[in-house]
Amino acid sequence: MLTDLPPVLPSLPFYIGALLALMLRGPARALVLLAIPVIGGWQLWQHAGGVLWQLQFLDYTLTPLRIDQLSLLFGYLFHIAAFIALLYSLHVKDTTQQVAAMLYAGSALGAVFAGDLLTLFVFWEAMALSSVFLIWARRSERALRAGMRYLVIQVVSGVALLAGALMLMHETGTLAFEYIGLDGPASWVVFFAFGLKAAFPLLHNWATDAYPEATPTGAVFLSAFTTKAAIYALARAFPGAEPLIYIGAAMTCFPIFYAVIENDLRRVLAYSMINQLGFMVCGIGIGTALAINGAVAHAFNDVIFKGLLFMAMGAVLHMTGRMNGSDLGGLYKSMPITTVLCIVGAASISAFPLFSGFVSKSMVMSAAIEEGHGWIWLMLLFASAGVFHHAGIKIPYFAFFAHDSGIRTKEPPLNMLLAMGIAAVLCVAIGCYPQALYSLLPNQLAYSAYDATHVLAQLQLLFFSAAAFVWLNLARLYPPELRSTNIDVEWLYRKLLPGVARPIVAGARAAASMTQNLATHAGRTLGVHMARHQGWQMAIARNWPMGGVVLWVALLLLFYLIFPYVQAGLMR
Amino acid sequence: MSEHDKTHFFDKPDNVRLVLRVFYGLCALLLLGDFVIHRHVYHSWERLWGFYPLFGFVACVLLVLIAKEMRKLLMRDEDYYEKEAGKDAD
Repeated sequence: MLTDLPPVLPSLPFYIGALLALMLRGPARALVLLAIPVIGGWQLWQHAGGVLWQLQFLDYTLTPLRIDQLSLLFGYLFHIAAFIALLYSLHVKDTTQQVAAMLYAGSALGAVFAGDLLTLFVFWEAMALSSVFLIWARRSERALRAGMRYLVIQVVSGVALLAGALMLMHETGTLAFEYIGLDGPASWVVFFAFGLKAAFPLLHNWATDAYPEATPTGAVFLSAFTTKAAIYALARAFPGAEPLIYIGAAMTCFPIFYAVIENDLRRVLAYSMINQLGFMVCGIGIGTALAINGAVAHAFNDVIFKGLLFMAMGAVLHMTGRMNGSDLGGLYKSMPITTVLCIVGAASISAFPLFSGFVSKSMVMSAAIEEGHGWIWLMLLFASAGVFHHAGIKIPYFAFFAHDSGIRTKEPPLNMLLAMGIAAVLCVAIGCYPQALYSLLPNQLAYSAYDATHVLAQLQLLFFSAAAFVWLNLARLYPPELRSTNIDVEWLYRKLLPGVARPIVAGARAAASMTQNLATHAGRTLGVHMARHQGWQMAIARNWPMGGVVLWVALLLLFYLIFPYVQAGLMR
Repeated sequence: MSEHDKTHFFDKPDNVRLVLRVFYGLCALLLLGDFVIHRHVYHSWERLWGFYPLFGFVACVLLVLIAKEMRKLLMRDEDYYEKEAGKDAD
């Protein structure tokens, strides 16, 4: 304990808020929804000096609350994100969504302030269970299925985290959530759990599958919390882990190809989110003080500018009911304010000087080159040009400009505009005055993004990327927006797995009914036999090594989890 | 005059041309910046004159052309996953 004030779990105000939102209606509920992040943020600010709250549970020390420089930054970030997203969704008359959003934000805070792996696991799963309702709240068959797939994958991440945590505890005797490092199978299991939520390549598809199916407001919450909590966990447990450099570089590059040919603009944003996560993952892998600062600062900025872009697209979806690039265009005529706010988000994600992305992404790039990762640096540079192309230009261009779709609508409700306005102001403020953000970073460093070299290089890169867009369009080489689905990793579990599983399930059903009579008979015989020969000393009652049991339990849970979906065909 | 008939900024080809000309001008200015501003170089490629403009342009053209080719391999109907699901339900 470093302060005299009694610790309050940062998730608690949000859980209370969820309860109040359940009971209240109208302006009273709106007041609660807006007040909770403010109160929570103020409460956190009181503990900025650091808190470590521990208690004994059986033989183990649990740490439900650890406030240090790293968790504090994400804590502030999640309060800001929650406030903006709650303001943005204030007009929604849907108790399910608002309660789920409060529980989700609270759980994300719980995960970030967890000082031990068991607490982390509890909030990790709570995030999954609460956030899925933001997808289901769309109340369509499509959203129901996408939400189910999302939930299965998120819960698998949680099960892996629990298994890894217990295996680590078996090895080291402690549950403390500290530096783990890639050393031994237990650490790889935890690494997988974090990687699944951080949308590592091949494990990324849940994000691009589920986020576009969420409600217009739900996607804003989803984009803020889950993946950033995973980034926090990676920065805590695996800084300097070399594979992260390559994983991160791959994450920056491959999604931009998908983003160029994707038609659903919120799916474009989901791919571009993986691209941005790649910069963070790469920074964590490089692991120097500058790289970690860059990764964490970029997470901070990304939540705000990606939130702004999701809000702008959410506003378009809310007002027009459409989200495909092929259906939109010319909206600047009837939504000029939204257009400008979207362009601010686009400039920020593209890392234009004076916007927030620039002051954090350049740290990761500088760190890559300082550590002699020349090829990685080139990949990041390619991704920087690419992100401008698909998120910076494509999103605003196809939604608000391009050919006039003929859609005439109005600006979104005032609360939506205000929320986007706050995010836009933050993007510009952090871009113009980065010292405020730098002072919150885990490592104290003197760093300035604004020297002539950086600014000129970045402006040249961006303007000539834009020139490529102009040229490709004038030469009619730019691929048109088409109504389509692009095959990604999800094909494995939406097409291949159900295809393979269907005959097996059918066969198993037939076999099950055939063996039923046999089993009843055999069971009776076996019970008599076991009681006679073994009693409580029989094999299944013996002490088994902890790690092995945990793994089997985890696999069993996994089987129970997946089997019904395969059987019901819901994985498709 | 209804909302549909109103002429907006980018409806006039002259305005589009003006915006593009300003954009080309800025590109040229930035390219000339390489002569004026002395930069700290970390990577040997950065020493090449016009490295960043060239890289940005070529990267984006490649990105789009490769992505276009990817469509041939990856693109399916919009209801690719739903279609099969519907069939199985029968």
